[in-house]
Amino acid sequence: MLTEEQIERYSRHIILKEVGGKGQQKLFDGKVLIIGAGGLGAPIALYLAAAGVGTIGIADADDVDLSNLQRQVIHFTPDVGKPKVESAREKMLAINPDLNVVTYKEWVTAANIMEMVGGYDFIIDGTDNFAAKFLINDACVLAGKPYSHGGILQFDGQTVTVDPGKSACYRCLFPEPPPKDAIPTCSQAGVIGVLPGVLGTIQATEAIKFLLGKGDLLTDRLLTYNALRMKFREVPLRRKTTCPVCGDTPTITGAKDELDALTVCDLEAH
Amino acid sequence: MTITINGKETTIPDNPGRTIESLLEELDVSQRLYVTVELNGEILDRAAHETTPVAGGDVIEFLYFMGGGR
Ligand SMILES: [Zn+2]
Repeated sequence: MLTEEQIERYSRHIILKEVGGKGQQKLFDGKVLIIGAGGLGAPIALYLAAAGVGTIGIADADDVDLSNLQRQVIHFTPDVGKPKVESAREKMLAINPDLNVVTYKEWVTAANIMEMVGGYDFIIDGTDNFAAKFLINDACVLAGKPYSHGGILQFDGQTVTVDPGKSACYRCLFPEPPPKDAIPTCSQAGVIGVLPGVLGTIQATEAIKFLLGKGDLLTDRLLTYNALRMKFREVPLRRKTTCPVCGDTPTITGAKDELDALTVCDLEAH
Repeated sequence: MTITINGKETTIPDNPGRTIESLLEELDVSQRLYVTVELNGEILDRAAHETTPVAGGDVIEFLYFMGGGR
């Protein structure tokens, strides 16, 4: 039951017929895991906290660096040097003290991901490397957990929501990661600071819609965004029967680390 | 002939021998070795690039790797 204070806090939600008191309660009962507390993770965490998603997990092994602040809006100048998950937790609870924020100061690996995703209703990929992106896809497909994929580079971004077994997954599009160093990373190629704000906010919207059970998820459609031309496009997708993880005869039947793809992006700084 | 590439109608010289693989070269598509190609709504296996012909009216999407997020 929502308290009087909560009814006031969420009043702009509650007057929406798609939300109402019941929907707000669903959000409060919802559990969302954000993997990556950086560019994408920042707006996702802030908006999910503000929206009243009751349990929010956030995973990232990194500490806040000065070069993060140009886009990772959940971290402030005095947070430099602090664990990102701790900095993010403080801001989420400052917005909304009613939440249960669970922090994981670790990178996701084949060894920890299945247990991590198991406790949540919806997962959001806010990571910056292909090893993690493929691992998250595999884990969510294998665990049957819906999740939002997001990727950004320079002025471009793309996102798709995966409903395992029902809609196209990341490996339906990209069967395997590119060889290491084949694709430039944000730390090498740059990223305009507002870009993850746009993409992350879309990913947070998907989590909220999923918890509410309202609207149409971004499934079987890859949404691409170019900030320079200010263009959104949608590419229709279809599940691939030959997909190595969600196809008819999957070759990936357990979480596995994509070792060849491990050294990318900001991980290189370690 | 005219094909649609990433939503944009594009005219290219007629060439009956053109395949997806040669189109990627011809257009100097970025991430050429890793790009995913969707032809008329169907994602192609990379191995099929060399044998799949390109015909007028084809709707082609090049889907690129984007690994950033933090
Ligand atoms: Zn798949």
